[in-house]
Amino acid sequence: MNGEKFGDKSLLKQKLGRIFLLWVPLVIFLLFLLFPFYWTFVTSLKLPEELHSLKVIYWPQNPSFQAYSHLFGQYNFLHPMKNSLVVAVITTLISLSVSTLAAYAFSRFRFVGRKPLMVLFLTNNMFPTVLLLIPLFTIMRKMGLLYNPASLVLSYTTFTIPFSVWLLTGYLNDLPIALEEAAMIDGANRAQGFLRIVLPLLLPCMLATGVYIFMQSWNEYTFAVLFTNETSRTIPVSLKMLVGQLGVQWDLITAGGIITVIPVCIMFFFAQKRLVAGLTAGAVKG
Amino acid sequence: MDIRRRPREKSTIWPYLLLLPVLIVMLSVVIVPIINAVSMSFQSYNLTKPKKIGYIGLQNYATLLHDPLFWSSLLRTAIWVVFGVGCQFLFGFLLALVLNKQFKGRGVVRAVSLIPWVTPGVLIALMWRWMYDGNYGVINDLLMRLGLIKENIAFLSKPGTAMPSVIVTIVWQGIPFFALMLLAGLQGISYDLYEAASIDGATGWQKLIYVTIPSLRNTIFVTTMLRIIWVANSVDVIFNMTEGGPAYATQTLSVYIYKKASALDMGYASAMAIMLMLVLLLAAIPYLRNTFRDQEG
Repeated sequence: MNGEKFGDKSLLKQKLGRIFLLWVPLVIFLLFLLFPFYWTFVTSLKLPEELHSLKVIYWPQNPSFQAYSHLFGQYNFLHPMKNSLVVAVITTLISLSVSTLAAYAFSRFRFVGRKPLMVLFLTNNMFPTVLLLIPLFTIMRKMGLLYNPASLVLSYTTFTIPFSVWLLTGYLNDLPIALEEAAMIDGANRAQGFLRIVLPLLLPCMLATGVYIFMQSWNEYTFAVLFTNETSRTIPVSLKMLVGQLGVQWDLITAGGIITVIPVCIMFFFAQKRLVAGLTAGAVKG
Repeated sequence: MDIRRRPREKSTIWPYLLLLPVLIVMLSVVIVPIINAVSMSFQSYNLTKPKKIGYIGLQNYATLLHDPLFWSSLLRTAIWVVFGVGCQFLFGFLLALVLNKQFKGRGVVRAVSLIPWVTPGVLIALMWRWMYDGNYGVINDLLMRLGLIKENIAFLSKPGTAMPSVIVTIVWQGIPFFALMLLAGLQGISYDLYEAASIDGATGWQKLIYVTIPSLRNTIFVTTMLRIIWVANSVDVIFNMTEGGPAYATQTLSVYIYKKASALDMGYASAMAIMLMLVLLLAAIPYLRNTFRDQEG
């Protein structure tokens, strides 16, 4: 760094620098961030006696899928999976369609009340989850929606919609308005311009936003535990239910955890580039 | 920016029509419920005592001011947020600096290191609870092998270790988000700035202090604010690790409110939730001001 750019000494220094400033911290970070997943997976392959052996076992002698078969057999894990899927899909569809229209308005029009509304959407996350949870619970109860998947869908829109509006407005602002203007000069009306020009271009961004909404609703616990019963229970609640009075069934919990995380991870890997770009654009600018 | 400054159509009904669905939904799931919560906070509203439901003025707020658990939970929220978000920032920043270097497989590493962020809070809580286990936990085993401890520690059932343990978990969960945001910020810094600093003879450390951190100011500010709000509100991790115990050692205000709401004492829970919102609003004034300034009318 201090002028001696050539020679063995600086080359050695560079190599050492790369080891200590890149590889060592990188390996430590990855070990820290990923070890819990390894441990979850290993636990799910253990037989009950290995789980509670006094010597901690880092890889089971006979990896077994017994926990998985119990989970789907005795514990009928497909049922909560189906519930979660229904809630997540409906939440995603509603949030996406409503938010896309709103984002288009925010991005393409200047109108009275735009600024306060934008700020309201941006600061929506200031409202504590518990502050919304309490009245939503009493309202759903009065309307007879408690334990109905609709109560979860409605509750989840409280945080998925503001977030999607924010994300989609950002994406739309990056799409040049000239495209629609050109179409409109050619005789298309605004709705046609939106459907034929904007929507196809926005579709990948909508998919990324959709993945995020799906993830949030798939993972949500705080509302779900109060708003569901045995028939409408979602995955996070079912996982917690395996913490029993007599002890915790760690093999089943970890097996369920692995199954829960896999679909989300797959979706996330496909969407992550665009999602990350959208997420960071807002915070990084300026 | 220049695109957005362009004059758009004015005085048409279109934007309002487009916003109508979102406004209807938000009105019914956010605005009305919050008004409802405010009203409940002035009532005795315990669903297990339905006959006693009715307005009691400021009684809930008076109770809250004299509730030592409210104040201690508020203090624990502060500890939870300061240490939780502080360490998330520190380690997230370090990870971002590492990921900002060129190396093979960087894209994959970046994506993989984000996995904790997409993992359900309950699962995170349960995974860590199992790793912290006092009898069969892997963390005890690892620390023992490293010679750092002599006998197993029941991390989550001792008041002294419970809070640090749940904080480690929330830090683990939050590192990826910070790293992601700061990495995007790092990649936006012009290389010229570093070049100029090099010519002036700056060391790597000086570049970090005088170039990197000032350039990231806005990203750090916005991300930290978002995380503070998020961590202060989070219930699922603590609740599923310790339920706020042992002896309230990990009970933050959000967890306390959640427990009151689960016990169906909605009036008192609402009053506390409104206090939590006011505290958060106060803490986030600079963020709100920033947001308001950024949105041109």
